[in-house]
Amino acid sequence: MTNSKGRFGIHGGQYIPETLMNAVNELEEAYEFYKKDEAFNKELSELFNEYAGRPSRLYYAEKMTKDLGGAKIYLKREDLNHTGAHKINNVLGQALLAKKMGKTRLIAETGAGQHGVATATAAALMGMECVVFMGEEDTKRQALNVYRMRLLGAEVIPVTSGTATLKDAVSEAMREWTTRIDDTHYCLGSVMGPHPFPTIVRDFQAVISKEIKEQILEKEGRLPDAVIACVGGGSNAIGTFYNFIEDKEVALIGCEAAGRGIDTFETAATVNTGSVGIFHGMKSYFCQDKYGQIAPVYSISAGLDYPGVGPEHANLHDMGRAQYVPVTDDEAVDAFEYLAKTEGIIPAIESAHAVAYAKKLAPTMDKDKIIVITISGRGDKDCAAIARYRGENIYE
Amino acid sequence: MSKIREAFLNKKAFIPFITCGDPDLDTTKKAILQMVANGADLIELGIPFSDPTAEGPVIQGANIRALAGGVTTDIIFDFVKDLRKEVTIPMVFMTYANVVFSYGAEKFISTCKEIGIDGIILPDLPFEEKEEFLPLCKQYDVDLISLIAPTSENRIAMIAKEADGFIYLVSSLGVTGTRSEIKTDLASIVKVIRENTDVPCAIGFGISTPEQAKKMADIADGAIVGSAIIKILEQYKTEAPEHIGAYVKSMKDAIR
Repeated sequence: MTNSKGRFGIHGGQYIPETLMNAVNELEEAYEFYKKDEAFNKELSELFNEYAGRPSRLYYAEKMTKDLGGAKIYLKREDLNHTGAHKINNVLGQALLAKKMGKTRLIAETGAGQHGVATATAAALMGMECVVFMGEEDTKRQALNVYRMRLLGAEVIPVTSGTATLKDAVSEAMREWTTRIDDTHYCLGSVMGPHPFPTIVRDFQAVISKEIKEQILEKEGRLPDAVIACVGGGSNAIGTFYNFIEDKEVALIGCEAAGRGIDTFETAATVNTGSVGIFHGMKSYFCQDKYGQIAPVYSISAGLDYPGVGPEHANLHDMGRAQYVPVTDDEAVDAFEYLAKTEGIIPAIESAHAVAYAKKLAPTMDKDKIIVITISGRGDKDCAAIARYRGENIYE
Repeated sequence: MSKIREAFLNKKAFIPFITCGDPDLDTTKKAILQMVANGADLIELGIPFSDPTAEGPVIQGANIRALAGGVTTDIIFDFVKDLRKEVTIPMVFMTYANVVFSYGAEKFISTCKEIGIDGIILPDLPFEEKEEFLPLCKQYDVDLISLIAPTSENRIAMIAKEADGFIYLVSSLGVTGTRSEIKTDLASIVKVIRENTDVPCAIGFGISTPEQAKKMADIADGAIVGSAIIKILEQYKTEAPEHIGAYVKSMKDAIR
């Protein structure tokens, strides 16, 4: 690939319409400039610390550790960030970058609504216009987040095409961007899409592993044996992994949404069930049929309900550096309830996928081992849906 | 000279688009024969994709209907092979990169050659990524069509210099779909293209009326029409071919 940019092994690239090429090139140039710009970084640090509440805590989950009887468990509390999820890290970075580029309007896709809320928040803070595309199915599953976005001044456009979920919201946001580029930045919410998005989003989320490293060295004087995070597109996972990639002794574990199981069609476990393809601007793993038609995927979690995965994850998988494990709806819901009862922390149903795998892994490890689980978001948004899953007829 | 160039020889080309299998292949075939009989110079055959990100609602609808009807890449290859017995004008496929990639690029492109497909248009394969398929396209003598957009600016010369077959000039920002007015300064884009290549250039996106087609053909070497034809299919379904024939005639007459 002589001209191709943004490759992670064979994955990544820029498979987008010509109409968008100058827009992504302009974004890449701006990012290359501002990432080294002292004033930009100072402003972003201030936003992270003063506005979003960073650094997020690394909390020793003592009760959970004792209950599981194996490895020592720490929780990286991204749920305590302003807006309740890791999404704000990326959004503050991109919104500030967009503003420096002279853009006055942000568009975004959202699944569970966390990225949409974060984008609407940053737009409100920075005085920018904001339009969020959300699958119609998800606007029903996450009605409260739709209200939050509108409250923050954003316009929410329900997407009815395709399966009316996250994948279709991404497609629609891309279509909108080709229509209006001059004043508009597409604030992509995960480590996916065409270059430079997977790199930009990763860099802004890498603060998670940077802090974990500092915090665990301070608390334990050594690196963890495993870091665990849920993976949809993969932004909180790459944030959790990034500063440990070179530390080969740290296992990197991504938890995919298996939905009703990886042996069923109702799954969103891309690495476990997918194959290499080209979609949404990138080469990576996708759930698809043999003719390359993208599969309708399913997960209880709107945020993990995506048929692809970021290209850097695809490459970490190919290299064997990270491991991607499937976690079912049932296991995630059990873990959602478990963490609430054991630690008094209600995780997002997305993050509960990581908790579920840690519950299986920790007891198999010695007590002197250390696991860090990233709690990517808080679970308030999911309470009504989980109640319904358990047969209680609660609506928000 | 590539067969596609013949479509532009001493004339302005009219290039209709149709999605294979919308609503069924029998209708597609009848529509194509009507297009040919009424003066189409080159035909763009869509292979449906589940998530066509460069399309507006009209062509998205055609993709959904075609897939729901059960067409696959293999079925379309057989269809084209059969169609080639009756149709001699150049034909190109329009689809998405994943359809080619997932089929196996070499198997896809060599089959194109075998069944008489002269080129491939992939709206999600920009200049920077064309190495994905270009060596195979060259090997099997199938033109990989380059697209140029209103936002291409400094990229026009680079793209035009390496273009094969014809250049697909996208008339406006946004996705496919009819537009009441096309405001882009296409003449100055065409001027830069002509300075860099003798490959013909056809304009598409947003064209639906004979007046628009005439205007575009005056600026460039041809006009491409998609959504307006799909709308006729939407309205008349299996009865559409005859109406498509009349429409193609009105468009071709306008640019003669």
